[in-house]
Amino acid sequence: MRVLAAMSGGVDSAVAAALAVEAGHDVVGVHMALSRNRDQFRTGSRGCCSIEDAGDARRAADVLGIPYYVWDLSERFEDTVVADFLSEYEAGRTPNPCVRCNEHIKFEALLDKATALGFDAVATGHYARIETREVTLPDGGRRTVRELHRSPNDAKDQSYVLAVAGPERLARAMFPLGGFASKDEVRAEAAKRGLSVSAKPDSYDICFVADGDTRGFLQSRLGSRPGSVVDVDGEVVGEHDGAYAFTVGQRRGLALGRPAADGKARYVVDVQPATNTVVVGPAELLSVDRIAGEKALWFDGVLPAAPAPQVGPPSLVEPLPLAERVETPASPAAPRPLVEPVETPADVVPDPDGWFDAEVQVRAHGVPVPARVRSVAHLDDAYGDGVPEDARSASSDADGVNPSASAMEIELTGTPLRGVAAGQSLVVYRGTRVLGQATVSRAWRSAASQ
Amino acid sequence: MTVTTPPPDPARAPLTVSGAHGEPSREPDGAYLDHAATTPMSAAALAAFVAEAQRTGNPSSLHSAGRTARRAVEEARETLARSLGARPSEVIFTSGGTEADNLAIKGIFWGRRAKDPCRSRILVSAVEHHAVLDPAFWLAGHAGADIVLLPVDGDGRIDLDALRAELAAHAGETALISVMWANNEVGTVQPIRDIVRAARPYGIPVHTDAVQAVGQAEVDFTESGVDAMTVSGHKFGGPVGVGALLAKRDLALDAVLHGGGQERGVRSGTLDAASIAAFGVAARHAVECLPDRAARLSALRDDLIARVRAAAPDAVLRGADPASGDRLPGNAHFTFPGAEGDSLLYLLDSAGVQASTGSACQAGVPQPSHVLLAMGVPETEARGALRFTLGATSADSDVDRLVAALPQVVARAQAAGLVSGRAIGGMA
Repeated sequence: MRVLAAMSGGVDSAVAAALAVEAGHDVVGVHMALSRNRDQFRTGSRGCCSIEDAGDARRAADVLGIPYYVWDLSERFEDTVVADFLSEYEAGRTPNPCVRCNEHIKFEALLDKATALGFDAVATGHYARIETREVTLPDGGRRTVRELHRSPNDAKDQSYVLAVAGPERLARAMFPLGGFASKDEVRAEAAKRGLSVSAKPDSYDICFVADGDTRGFLQSRLGSRPGSVVDVDGEVVGEHDGAYAFTVGQRRGLALGRPAADGKARYVVDVQPATNTVVVGPAELLSVDRIAGEKALWFDGVLPAAPAPQVGPPSLVEPLPLAERVETPASPAAPRPLVEPVETPADVVPDPDGWFDAEVQVRAHGVPVPARVRSVAHLDDAYGDGVPEDARSASSDADGVNPSASAMEIELTGTPLRGVAAGQSLVVYRGTRVLGQATVSRAWRSAASQ
Repeated sequence: MTVTTPPPDPARAPLTVSGAHGEPSREPDGAYLDHAATTPMSAAALAAFVAEAQRTGNPSSLHSAGRTARRAVEEARETLARSLGARPSEVIFTSGGTEADNLAIKGIFWGRRAKDPCRSRILVSAVEHHAVLDPAFWLAGHAGADIVLLPVDGDGRIDLDALRAELAAHAGETALISVMWANNEVGTVQPIRDIVRAARPYGIPVHTDAVQAVGQAEVDFTESGVDAMTVSGHKFGGPVGVGALLAKRDLALDAVLHGGGQERGVRSGTLDAASIAAFGVAARHAVECLPDRAARLSALRDDLIARVRAAAPDAVLRGADPASGDRLPGNAHFTFPGAEGDSLLYLLDSAGVQASTGSACQAGVPQPSHVLLAMGVPETEARGALRFTLGATSADSDVDRLVAALPQVVARAQAAGLVSGRAIGGMA
């Protein structure tokens, strides 16, 4: 196969490229330039975006004896990942830029360009496994189903940030590090091959935010917008420089004038962009057991739609066939997937109301919690509380697609979660297997739990 | 006293590469169409380099080893001067074209400013190489220089009327003029003599970067009338890392590198006898071969242009019409609508064809060419640029390989351009 190895300059992508070469593929290394002004990114704990990192990637490609190119995706990155980051914070939501980067850059801009140029797959240094298995169709035919699974390396598992790419795009992806149980093993593989990046430190920060100072970055791009911090009764308890800089669940950086009456710590429990208000309250208010997710996607073998539930207007929850859920190509010239969307017998079987048991994870390094999940066509007041879910969602969609055209409802069946912010990615698992993904549009406590 | 050449050390044997005394250094595998980036060393230059590199002696030393090295340097100086119509005393050896350009721009600016603080204007064409533009803009940022970018026409040729008007209005504040002899991207040859004629009445020095011209066009320093000229060894069969600034003796020129006072005190640093010897040999060879080579390369280039147009009908030739005589014989430059240069480059490379987008990279990312933009080419079209440049070792088979690969390469790159959504505006 002709394989494009995305090379950030870090040890993971270098070893991934090496393994692709050793598997006998025809490999070309590509480093993505994601910023026009790369000088500013030379320092700090980022490991992907400086000119020095581009040099590390080039050197690794030299050692592997593969061609190396730099592709300028800075415009796309700014228009999608950075713009989304700013508009989501502005809307009082909490974006995950790494998820958006996988969605719009690595598994869209890079993948589509690679496909157009004749590559069969894109290999990255992500920690996740793509597993294939044969299934028998009702007509007796057999098809290959692709599943995304967690890496055996729990600490590094990146299935959470990859799920957004969906089954169709991941069919053209290759994760050579999927079987590695630890980063040390990857470093050892790098050292064995004489790759000088073997001892390079891991990177943690958001690549386009200098010094890891998210609030400073937001302020420099969005300006200062002073407003009030209020408690749950509406009483003003402090001031802020911009509600956009606050995230539900946040405790630090509130600078409240006086302590709460009960003396307990206060957390951000809501961000209201319309009035530029930050609401604080006790930790208990952060616990949720209901989550609504928008822009849902499902992997192969998961029944895509539920029958109409008994609550809410039945017309709003018409099932959508899987074929209509998969993203349509952005332009007529967009490459067709190597693997057509698979119609397979579902092995995740919902109950008559559409619910099935699974686990849900709402943060990159969060713990999955047990839940009941169901797929719905819309979030329009799915819970019958008089507030249309679409109205709650402030997220814009660049494609002009109704963000709630497919959605999911979640009921946590075990421990409630704390600090679930709108905008975060929610990934549905069963064991190590990814069943689906959506973006949190709202999280709340059910009446039963209050 | 005699100088002994150290006996050959078997461990260093690879230094005397096979063919060093018979063939030019090997061209890269595949169809190498990037001679303007660098071109193979000529056999004679390589032999001269190896012979001199095997000797020990600092040309500035006064003992016999030093004298032997000095002799090699001075012979090369004379050879270079003779080849380029200059006097030996006008040759200042440098580490290459970039250093010579820096020395010219900064050295002349400082020299002129020292005599007359009013002279802050630097006139440069908008299509200069970064080795000229960047020192000029550095002076603007650090030494109060005012940069005037002289406009060019759609072929990249300087607008002489704009130059004359600028001089008529501001001659008294002008420190120098720098216009390249021929452009490195589109190969357009500038009317240097007309520029000199315009500047002479005001006594304003003219520098020209002739890095791309030597070996491709007839270049005579004295006859051209310029005050300073940059040349570089590796563009015509010499080694990388050596060049020269030819400068008239009466030109006020401040040093950029200070130290041991070599090269009239203008360019300190131990003289690299081996590179300089090879540089001299290569210059002589390039100039001697010029008439034949220029005719051969022009014919090959015209063939390349015709066959590229046949293979990719929407390709647009950029730069002067070859028939005008104002284009370097080895240069062909196209934009391919709807395609991005880096896609074209990758696809050609994987088909064994090595070309260039022609423009400078920033950390490996090809930027839309300032040359094409100055010529009025829209940015979307400028992104689809490819330069093919020919040299001594170019052959019909190189063009064959290019045109065989081109139709599929262009189609694929255009498909990728559509997906990436940026080059759509250029689709024909």
